[in-house]
Amino acid sequence: MVERESPLGQAYKPGRHGNVAEAAGVTLSETRPGSIVEVIAWPGNEKTALAAIKSATGLALPDRPGAGVSREGRAGYGFAPRRWLVIDDREGAARELHKAVAETTGVINDLSHGRAVIRIAGPRAEWVLSKLFAVDFSTGAFPVSNGCSTSHHEIFAQIQRTGKNQFDVVVFRSFARAFWTTLCHSAEEVGYEVS
Amino acid sequence: MRITCPYCGTRDVVEFTYQGDATVTRPDPASTDQAAWNAYVYDRANPAGKHSELWQHSGGCRAHLVVERDTVSHVITSVAFAGIKPNPARTTTPKRKSPARKAATRGKAAS
Repeated sequence: MVERESPLGQAYKPGRHGNVAEAAGVTLSETRPGSIVEVIAWPGNEKTALAAIKSATGLALPDRPGAGVSREGRAGYGFAPRRWLVIDDREGAARELHKAVAETTGVINDLSHGRAVIRIAGPRAEWVLSKLFAVDFSTGAFPVSNGCSTSHHEIFAQIQRTGKNQFDVVVFRSFARAFWTTLCHSAEEVGYEVS
Repeated sequence: MRITCPYCGTRDVVEFTYQGDATVTRPDPASTDQAAWNAYVYDRANPAGKHSELWQHSGGCRAHLVVERDTVSHVITSVAFAGIKPNPARTTTPKRKSPARKAATRGKAAS
């Protein structure tokens, strides 16, 4: 496979930036997964679709709004009624899901080339994201593995908490550089490391 | 103003798009009744008080919602997915308000 080019381009500047008086508050990176797939169930087929996701990816997603599973190299969560996002480090998850999800159950949408995944990790991750999104990022309201869909101004974002202090933000590829730049500016006050 | 989306929870109103009055019912598309179409497109009650309206969580889960909102206080009394349960307000035939009903609404809004 030809390696996919990062949408961040020149805006991706590895190194230590912003406030350097203290340890970096956050680390920013692009995870570049091989597959980003949306699964959409027809009304009344939620359970069948979740079973199909489990058989294709091994992810047992709970049937609750925003609930998900996050594992090394693979994650999934519900982000809208009857819709789930599956992210896999490997390529080809769309093909497997396409086989597993019957056409009477729902449809899948391969977004691997349409989205970028930006990871924000570190003790100040909640703080930095709270400056951008009107969502409660505390662990009580937003537990590990949960996801949500929201937007920063007109940039639609799907966010999953993949660790206590780690979030993966999925944005449209064409908006990724703009969002990344905004995120870098927001992280300046706490100091950030691009890895 | 904040709207509690049944899926996403409470979110700021900037994530939502107003989609109009939820009390009007579109006439049968085959209908040639000009008065009915005119009423559907233009006639709105514009109540000062409780109002049933459609919103879309466009900056979130993209679900269409029926929101019961007080147009005076902006207090939201209920939010439900549109189209999941039959909404009695949307299945009734649109009628122009009779003077008696108009007076009753005005009385309620004033109290």
